[in-house]
Amino acid sequence: MNDFKLNEMHFSALQELGNIGAGNAVTSLATMLGRKIDMKVPNVQVLDFKQISHIIGGPENPVAAVLVNINSENINGMMMFIVELEKSHVLIGALMQRETKELGEIEMSALQEVGNILTGSYLGALSTIFGTTVDMSVPYLSIDMAGSVLSVPAIEFAKVADSALFIESLFDADEGDISGYFILVPDQDSFRFIFGKMGLGI
Amino acid sequence: MTKNVIIVGMADLNVMRNPGMLTTLGLGSCVGLNLYDPSTKICGMAHIMLPDSKTIKNNSNRAKFVDTATMDLLARMKAAGANLRGLKAKVAGGAQMFALNTANESMKIGQRNSDALLKLLKSLNIPVIAKDVGLNYGRTIELYTEDGRLVIKTIGHGTKTI
Repeated sequence: MNDFKLNEMHFSALQELGNIGAGNAVTSLATMLGRKIDMKVPNVQVLDFKQISHIIGGPENPVAAVLVNINSENINGMMMFIVELEKSHVLIGALMQRETKELGEIEMSALQEVGNILTGSYLGALSTIFGTTVDMSVPYLSIDMAGSVLSVPAIEFAKVADSALFIESLFDADEGDISGYFILVPDQDSFRFIFGKMGLGI
Repeated sequence: MTKNVIIVGMADLNVMRNPGMLTTLGLGSCVGLNLYDPSTKICGMAHIMLPDSKTIKNNSNRAKFVDTATMDLLARMKAAGANLRGLKAKVAGGAQMFALNTANESMKIGQRNSDALLKLLKSLNIPVIAKDVGLNYGRTIELYTEDGRLVIKTIGHGTKTI
């Protein structure tokens, strides 16, 4: 526990995992929506805590965030899927095949389910890579300012890293109207497990 | 009209002399410490992420923790010429952003942050004259040097001044 510190190499390893997990999630989304989604090269970023709030349209930008807790034998922590509120309407609209302007109860639960499926596919990819089960909690939804929902994974990350959070802006549909972000925050022991499996010490 | 504005980021702190305003945008489970010295109108704000530097190994970023951030902010205010004996505190934030199973201790981090801060301020004999903590929504806070008022803005939960 004493020497736990993430370096550049660990972050590139996490970025690589992010690419794989996100790729899987986007495939699920395309299936769900029944349309082609061209995933851009994922923009994986490592940020200072001070910079965190400035992604996803600024700290006060309204977003919808779906959080799942990960509780498994080897991998624990949390994962979040975030979409700008404005774009969540497009996502839900595409899913429900009708125009959506307001997020009512049905839309919110649909959004929660989308988050559930996307984080599930992302984690499913990691489960395959590491040959271990990855169990997740039910999804929890929050609609609020980007900065405030991001504080939740940021705080988890603050426990293991000095000043950076691993985040990636994710997919962009061919029409450029669907996008979202994933944040994966394993706890300390899970980092050890992941990096151990990847042949990196910590 | 306020001339000087400093945005305090996550795990960050700063001091402002009159006339000016310190703000932190989208405070969630982090807790905001706001200090005001009425005699010099010097204000200080810290955006704190975790309750205790001593339980975490990666603690070189002192603004991350209640204990070290508070000490550093007090030192900065003193250096700026504030009278520490006359300080008044206002505390905001520490929300629980997701309606998670509260049996999970790490999920109650918002409350742990605000509890730790209020306890520390009490032990330092700094009176907390107002607070707006907990609940389940984010807050943008603005601390004004003229009178030490703290304006709290939210999405869907109104705006108030404490």
